[in-house]
Amino acid sequence: MLEATRTLPFDIKDYLRLDTMPHFMCPGCGHGIALRALLAAVHDCGIDKDRLAVVCGIGCSGRVGGYIDANTFHTTHGRPLAFATGLKLARPDLTVVVVTGDGDCLAIGGNHLIHAARRNLDITCLMLNNEVYGMTGGQASPTTAATRLTSTTPSGAIEPVFDACALAAAAGAGFVGREVTRQAPALKTLIARALRHPGFAFVEVMSDCTEIYGRKNDLGEAPEMILSQKADMRPEARRDAPDQPFRPNALPTGVFVERDLPEYGERWRAHAAALRGETER
Amino acid sequence: MTARLTALHGNHACALAAVAAGCRFFAGYPITPSSEIAEHMSHALPRAGGVFVQMEDEIASIAAVIGASLGGMRAMTATSGPGFSLMQENIGYAAMTEVPCVVIDVMRGGPSTGMPTRPAQGDVMQARFGSHGDRPVVALAPASVQEIYTETIRAFDLAERLRTPVTVLYDQVIAQLLESVAIPPPEAVKVAARKWANGAGGFQPYAADDDGVPAMARPGDGHRVHTTGLTHAESGFPTQSPAVADRMMRRLLGKIDLHLAGIEKTETLATEDAEVLVVAYGITARAARRAVTELRRDGVKAGLFRPVTVWPFPERALLRAAETARAVLVPEMNAGQLVLEVQRVIGRAPPVRPLGRIDGEPMTPGEIAAAVRELARHA
Ligand SMILES: Cc1ncc(C[n+]2csc(CCOP(=O)(O)OP(=O)(O)O)c2C)c(N)n1
Ligand code: SF4
Ligand SMILES: [Mg+2]
Repeated sequence: MLEATRTLPFDIKDYLRLDTMPHFMCPGCGHGIALRALLAAVHDCGIDKDRLAVVCGIGCSGRVGGYIDANTFHTTHGRPLAFATGLKLARPDLTVVVVTGDGDCLAIGGNHLIHAARRNLDITCLMLNNEVYGMTGGQASPTTAATRLTSTTPSGAIEPVFDACALAAAAGAGFVGREVTRQAPALKTLIARALRHPGFAFVEVMSDCTEIYGRKNDLGEAPEMILSQKADMRPEARRDAPDQPFRPNALPTGVFVERDLPEYGERWRAHAAALRGETER
Repeated sequence: MTARLTALHGNHACALAAVAAGCRFFAGYPITPSSEIAEHMSHALPRAGGVFVQMEDEIASIAAVIGASLGGMRAMTATSGPGFSLMQENIGYAAMTEVPCVVIDVMRGGPSTGMPTRPAQGDVMQARFGSHGDRPVVALAPASVQEIYTETIRAFDLAERLRTPVTVLYDQVIAQLLESVAIPPPEAVKVAARKWANGAGGFQPYAADDDGVPAMARPGDGHRVHTTGLTHAESGFPTQSPAVADRMMRRLLGKIDLHLAGIEKTETLATEDAEVLVVAYGITARAARRAVTELRRDGVKAGLFRPVTVWPFPERALLRAAETARAVLVPEMNAGQLVLEVQRVIGRAPPVRPLGRIDGEPMTPGEIAAAVRELARHA
């Protein structure tokens, strides 16, 4: 379990592998903001980095873990939640965080997301949604908005998009929230809340792929892209109007679900102890 | 304590052996004819203080197994052809990141859904080449329920010792056959302890010792290492350097050669003066053993070579067994898979002939004996 909130000021250098710098992210990439917010949240929650496991998929988002001075696992495309399930069941003493992308988590890994949400093991999942496959050169993802140009939608995307938060909530996640990288302090607070949640916690981080998606769609340079997040954002809107259809350019943010559900690891251990004729634990 | 005799189905023996070998984590997805392994594990593991979890598919199953092993538990999954296909990418990941784990593949008729309730030996090459790229491969092929027990234990020992995934291949017949098994007493079960890293400062997670195997960092012990399926340096971090990539890949593949004597396992019957050598594995080897015994009674100089370890293929042992052979017969329940390896090892002479069965029926001693007689006549 997590220690009391830490009081020392946050210094990101305490949580980075400085010898891995410079990092490989493009200038202005939103994934760096997400990384910083995660580390600040880890600090705020007083999580010991020796007991922190960061499990990543494949993608630009998947490379985030390598910079973190913790136990880090760069797994296979789409599968970090499945790897994390084994790790957390084997090692309930670890704080397990998954960092995944919109392609990693919703396309190739969509099956693992819904089952991780249903199973409710104590894993915090950060999905960095930049609406594109950044790593492979900007192809369309399940969150690419209609009309957007990508290298596989050269005349504009026409598929409907996933509302990842609604999906996670419907699949049973106990904690679901969304924040934009523009609101870095709010993002940190949201991630800290997710880390403290005992059970599966899903956080969608609206991130910017400046170099590929931004360029291709004339969204401006990184500062313009991040400023435009404001116009798209409607804090807590989902709570106010839960029936509103999901529109990526009218983005509800905040915490959508926070409910206490039986955590799977605890359940398993109690179930197994009972079978062994032991009482609780 | 002495061994205890009991009657078991093959899949039950596999589950009991895994638990005896210290396996405390099982993740799987149901598939005929392997499901009994999961069912037995779901019963045994909570009682043994372990974890059983039924995952959403085979990709997730092997991923969870690797995750649990990274956390420090001995872990296993079990499947059949279609599921084995789905696992291949992550088996490659375990080989690349050097994570010990055991994969049981109970072979059924294929390709595709094939004949789920019928035996086959169609995954021998998948076990060798199923995952992309070059990787160290260890696969064991037990031929009886007793051997399922001992080879499952050996699979855990080799997985831990070599830090690599180990596959146990057997077919639907022995999976569901009821045979007597001598269960060794716990003190006779030998599985290598994992080589954990100790001490902190400057630990290089992929710098191997003389045995070619690096020590593993246990999360929580303070090493805070990076594990990646990208080609990595000794530090564990990705590399683009051709020299480093070459060094790391050669060490990864070479650790099998360094341990060959401890991995290889074969059985021979009447090979000293054999004119026709039968090379067979798994259930087919039992039919071949019977055929060879009967042929000898009739004065036909037949012999049997049985690789118990199919991968790495026991080349030198085969060459020794084939010294007097004028022809080699490779019966298997597929259209000719391991025969390709036997042909590669033997070379141009003596001739190596396949004998394949792909109708979902096990090979009979009679058809093997007939093929041997035919070869003996022309040899
Ligand atoms: C099995 C498999 N299929 C495809 C790929 C290629 N691939 C690598 S990253 C990626 C997409 C990443 O997109 P996303 O998850 O959104 O991450 P981002 O790079 O945008 O952060 C793909 C398709 C792969 N590595 N493995
Ligand atoms: S390609 Fe896009 S997502 Fe990847 S690092 Fe560059 S800006 Fe970020
Ligand atoms: Mg993306």
